[in-house]
Amino acid sequence: MRQQVITAADLSRADVNRVLDRAAEIADDPGAVDDRLAGEVVALCFFEPSTRTRMSFETATHRLGGDVVDMGTPEESSVAKGESLADTVRVVDGYADAIVLRHPREGAATLAAEFVDAPLVNAGDGAGHHPTQTLLDLYTMRSTVGLDGVTVGVMGDLKYGRTVHSLATALTAFDVDQHFVSPESLQLPPGVRLDLHDAGATVREHTDLEAVLSELDALYVTRIQRERFPDESAYREVAGQYRIDAATLEAARDDMVVMHPLPRIDEIAPDVDDTDHAVYFRQAHNGVPVRMALLDLMLADDQGGEWE
Amino acid sequence: MGVSPNGDEGENDVDEGMRVARIRDGTVIDHVRAGQALNVLRVLGIDGGGGDTVSVGMNVPSDRLGEKDVVKVEGRELSQAEVDVISLIAPDATVNLIRDYGVVEKRRVSRPDRVAGVVSCPNPRCITTANEPVDAAFEVLADGLRCEYCDTVVRGEITDHLAE
Repeated sequence: MRQQVITAADLSRADVNRVLDRAAEIADDPGAVDDRLAGEVVALCFFEPSTRTRMSFETATHRLGGDVVDMGTPEESSVAKGESLADTVRVVDGYADAIVLRHPREGAATLAAEFVDAPLVNAGDGAGHHPTQTLLDLYTMRSTVGLDGVTVGVMGDLKYGRTVHSLATALTAFDVDQHFVSPESLQLPPGVRLDLHDAGATVREHTDLEAVLSELDALYVTRIQRERFPDESAYREVAGQYRIDAATLEAARDDMVVMHPLPRIDEIAPDVDDTDHAVYFRQAHNGVPVRMALLDLMLADDQGGEWE
Repeated sequence: MGVSPNGDEGENDVDEGMRVARIRDGTVIDHVRAGQALNVLRVLGIDGGGGDTVSVGMNVPSDRLGEKDVVKVEGRELSQAEVDVISLIAPDATVNLIRDYGVVEKRRVSRPDRVAGVVSCPNPRCITTANEPVDAAFEVLADGLRCEYCDTVVRGEITDHLAE
């Protein structure tokens, strides 16, 4: 049984398909799995704020009949007293059957995995990785445009966007043409480029969405954050170029889907919500069955050995 | 191997004229790429304040390298982690262990697959730069290092990122 899901590179094509197949079964008949994790305790260790990821892991655990213990916010926990991450997770390892970790620093999940025996899931490490978001992104993509023979555009903050890093890495296991659209200052970081290069993928970069929009089967939009720029005006000028609205999408294929890991601020105008392109809320809902599938494969007794 | 003068055993570019003094017990790092001697000292954490007896030769004529640097440190043996990092900045170096003025062990450095504990990660948000009980560790790439924790790629002068 796989014990750790730290980066998307940990997930082979077979792993991904296994999770997505299981998620589809669960979505079809959620009642059939409502005691799969009876007696199991999942620890949520969120060292930075999260709404969707935290709530969807909690919901997923409850819907499988398991229980959740929650560290609370860092301010109200031992972390505020200066305890190391290594010590915190070592202690939690003795309480719970699995650990879900969100941390503001890159590499936190890799480090934590060295100190625990329980299965550990990276729920986001700084600007590093976010593999469970990627699983739900892939689930959404597979159920709309498919995962082989498709062209995907990824737009926004590619440098610091952990969802982008994990998605781009995971897509190399499928027959996907990837295009990356961003300001030059926010292009993919060297580590992700190396992974893509090692996987034999071509990194096609653009500063302008128009250059590729009409070719895309899916457009994955991420938020460009104010703090990546020295001042407000530089931010406004750049961010404005990577916003889409219903008019932008007139140049896209009718069946192109628009995805977003959420939260969005204004990079996707509300008028896109009512178009057939918008799948980002469905994408967010998929977080529950996908995380149920992952927890089921990692924890349920009868899954031992299947998940590899 | 018999006892031989330390420095360049078997080559003509020995430090004849005693450009660099012989040492009694310690380590001679020879065939350091010219210009890298001070960086070798930085890797070893030697800044002159620790009281170590150190001799440095810079731009010494060498048959093999044209010019080379030589570093001799009295009373010190190098850890494998130190040798690994030296291999990255001085790939042609030889590390000679000296006892009683003689070379008792001579080895070429080889480029390792990973280095741990000597270089720190330059990414301030990397978990290894927090107060955690781990050493930064890097995969060695053809043209740099990659942090095993945060994936940051270090290119250029790795001696700018030596651990404290």
